[in-house]
Amino acid sequence: MTQFGHREEWITALLAEAGTACLEDAKVVPDDIEHVYVSNMASGEFEGQTGIMNALVHDLGLMPAYAQRIDQTSASGGAGAYAAWQSVASGASDLTLLVGGEKMTHRSTAEATDVIASITHPVEYKHGLTLPSFAGLTARLYLHQYDAPRESLAKVAVKNHRNGLDNPHAQFRKEVDLETVMESPIVADPLRLYDFCPITDGSAALLFCPESVARDYADDYVVVSGIEGATDTHVVHERADPTTMGGVVDSSRGAYEMADRTPDEIDVAELHDMFTILEFLQSEDLGFFEKGRGWEAVVEGVTDRDGELPINTSGGLKSKGHPLGASGVAQLYEIHQQLIGEAGPRQVPADIGLACNVGGFGNCVTTTILEVAG
Amino acid sequence: MILEAGRCADGHLRYPAHPRCPVCGEELVESIDLSVETGEIVTWTESMSTPPGVRSPNPIAIVEFTIDGSAVRAIGQLTTNEVDIGDPVRPIYTEALRAIDAEMLREQESQTWDGYRFDPID
Repeated sequence: MTQFGHREEWITALLAEAGTACLEDAKVVPDDIEHVYVSNMASGEFEGQTGIMNALVHDLGLMPAYAQRIDQTSASGGAGAYAAWQSVASGASDLTLLVGGEKMTHRSTAEATDVIASITHPVEYKHGLTLPSFAGLTARLYLHQYDAPRESLAKVAVKNHRNGLDNPHAQFRKEVDLETVMESPIVADPLRLYDFCPITDGSAALLFCPESVARDYADDYVVVSGIEGATDTHVVHERADPTTMGGVVDSSRGAYEMADRTPDEIDVAELHDMFTILEFLQSEDLGFFEKGRGWEAVVEGVTDRDGELPINTSGGLKSKGHPLGASGVAQLYEIHQQLIGEAGPRQVPADIGLACNVGGFGNCVTTTILEVAG
Repeated sequence: MILEAGRCADGHLRYPAHPRCPVCGEELVESIDLSVETGEIVTWTESMSTPPGVRSPNPIAIVEFTIDGSAVRAIGQLTTNEVDIGDPVRPIYTEALRAIDAEMLREQESQTWDGYRFDPID
């Protein structure tokens, strides 16, 4: 994956950088790539460049590989992994390159917010609804319903920033304390600046192939043991309980079934902490903790790097940054590094890892389970 | 202008009205105007960082209405930030919820821009 943060390069250069690094790392000859998937939400809206899957194939000399761009908003990366996995599982491709990327920081916060908010239904968009405002609405309800202290949300930010300190690819490598989070400016009451991920440029890449092919390229690789995507309502207020993300429940059920695993077998997880509240919701809807108890796990240190179930060892979207289409791929990259023992100072003991990539406010979700080969 | 919820043949009530019922896929058989009803705040927020053309701060609520024993929810701007979960509110018509801004991504002609803000009932 590339450095995440404020980058001078535009989208095609970012994709090429991550794609090249991935092919070189695996010592793959361009001719061997049969399918290419590019996860990206909005290169047309952000910079007026479309057709980026074609650009990537040309820039890396991968012709005549089949290429497709995957847009599932913030979940484009997870959706790309699902498409890449399907291409191999179906027998259509023996070697598939997945590259996720987004270029965003040249836009003002208001403009970038509007591009992302353009996913909303007309009855939401006319009221100026943004993704941060959905987070504020949900956070207030969660704190009210489950009697959780506001500080518990801040603990997510503190934890993930601490983890990001050891990630050389992270946008923010800076510890923040509870006080800083609690006193930062309000963005969507009760959520404050440090409850939100930044706007980020970056790209990440992975290769997918049958195990028989993987052995030709690498001694250490991981297996996709479970993967499933699911869709929830477009209109957020139509969900029976706004503190439950149905797409997370449904996609993870499928992924657990396929992998024949249960939530308590997961050793490490990357969750989509675009907002601190989302880490609580996902940790509950993935079955790690009871509904309404996810906040206690964070407060008690269960999800710390040295806890029973480390969550977001990469620093999460919160500290690593959130280049929309890249995030789901970067989550899997972190789980991959953890499982093959290459996570450096962030290393935790792990044989089975899970990534949950969320688009919109839970509108589209992919859950993926990776396991150490063999 | 009405705040139009749709009821399907099976009795599911949803706002906004969809071409087919999101719960069961049945056709909608009845239109219900929520703008003449009173509702209750489920949750609310005040957004400080708003997109082009949107007021800042922008207080917003999810509001639940009960129509003939069925609950239906809507979302929209509040007239004030002096509210709490559970407060009763009524919809107030507003001609422009958001200014048509040249920087706004969505095509102006693709949707309407008037609607209802929720106002607390004393």
